[in-house]
Amino acid sequence: MSTELHDSASARAELDAIADNLRACMQCGTCSASCPNVHFMDFTPRRMWRLMTLGRYDEVLNSKTFWSCSACYTCTLRCPRGLPLTEAVYALKRYAAGNKGKHSAFYRAFLDNVQRNGRVQESTLMARYLAEMRSPSKALGFVPVGLKLLRAGKLHPPGSEYKGVLKPMFDAERNMEDRS
Amino acid sequence: MKYAYYPGCSLRESAREYDDTTRIVLEALGAELVEIPGWTCCGAAAVEAVDRTMAVALPARNLALAGTHIPEADVLAPCSACYLNLLKAARRIDDDHELHRHIAGLLQAEGLELAGPYRVRHLLDVLNNDFADSVTEHVTTPLEGLRIAPYYGCQILRPYAVFDDPEWPRSMEPVITAMGAEIHDWAMGAHCCGASLMVTDKEAALSSVFSILEAAEGADVIATVCPLCQMNLEMYQDEASRLGGRRVHASVLYLPQLMGLAFGFSGQRMQLGKNVALSGTMANMAAGSNRAAAPA
Repeated sequence: MSTELHDSASARAELDAIADNLRACMQCGTCSASCPNVHFMDFTPRRMWRLMTLGRYDEVLNSKTFWSCSACYTCTLRCPRGLPLTEAVYALKRYAAGNKGKHSAFYRAFLDNVQRNGRVQESTLMARYLAEMRSPSKALGFVPVGLKLLRAGKLHPPGSEYKGVLKPMFDAERNMEDRS
Repeated sequence: MKYAYYPGCSLRESAREYDDTTRIVLEALGAELVEIPGWTCCGAAAVEAVDRTMAVALPARNLALAGTHIPEADVLAPCSACYLNLLKAARRIDDDHELHRHIAGLLQAEGLELAGPYRVRHLLDVLNNDFADSVTEHVTTPLEGLRIAPYYGCQILRPYAVFDDPEWPRSMEPVITAMGAEIHDWAMGAHCCGASLMVTDKEAALSSVFSILEAAEGADVIATVCPLCQMNLEMYQDEASRLGGRRVHASVLYLPQLMGLAFGFSGQRMQLGKNVALSGTMANMAAGSNRAAAPA
């Protein structure tokens, strides 16, 4: 799977390309002012773009700023320079996901669920994610919602109808990467 | 009018009432929905965070299936994340020849072909632009006195502002007015609900949910057009209240559930029993008195 690539030079090249793109940033701060999650970040998006253009990737990658992006695209919409900021956040997440860790656990569990089952199964996805997090308090935090879903008849047993349907496509991708 | 219908995973799991009522309401309006055979997950907002190729390949597979089995029909997605992913994939493979070639190669493994161009539509776009006039004609039980807060969320209008103003969306208003209901005038209709941060960074998502619910005070119900928005706004009201330091509460329904009520379908048929935070007028409707909105 291509997530394994992200320790490699190609991932670093992708990050360099983003940083290069961000050089057009004029530090106006519209992104920070627009971000609904800015109060939960280590530093603002504006500062993140500056650190990127200065090549201080480590500071960015060690922060949780980009992990706190909910992909609402408000910054992208409002950026007066038209920079693809949400795309840049996704690229940072992909680069950092190569290092595994708990921040990317949900996204990795999601992709794994899709790959196995064809369609996402909400119950097995959450079970797998919470197992990987190994945090009883985090798991307990989802109990009330789980009970509400159960009472409303919204939890469904995992089906197997689409199991393996996506295997040819994922295999083809793996083969292409091996060749390149 | 015929559509290649893409329900998406949530609509076959925790948001089945959104799927069922969308089909009922659109068919009542005269639309023909043909579900894309063999569709699979579009990747939601999660896959792009770990795998860029699959973030395009997954939705592209569904577009290829639609083009093969239901050619010439627009692809219709009620879920905002599905809509954005399908639209983004369609645009990326259109714009980038090398990517197009790569994705076409992956789909070849299943004998699928990328034909295109693909037209991807969100439910709200279809309601507004294909059925604008007929909504009024189908209203038999006007929702008089009901005050609805239109909630759009993020991904139906950002980054691609296809059918409405992403800063100040208004495309739900004609439908609300046609149903005989009032519009709750607020500024939070396009504010993010936190999306999957509810799983990975709960406090941040709860803070957004609190602000949205607080701004909805005075409305009888929040109308949503996305399964994740609906779940975040409905399921986490207790926790958002605790975080915000005061009790906030709202009924949160899918727009087609409300439309169905206005079309004369029962609360049971519109599956109001699946909504866990109903109160006031909406609770009465769920209990079966379908005319509760219109004071006798």
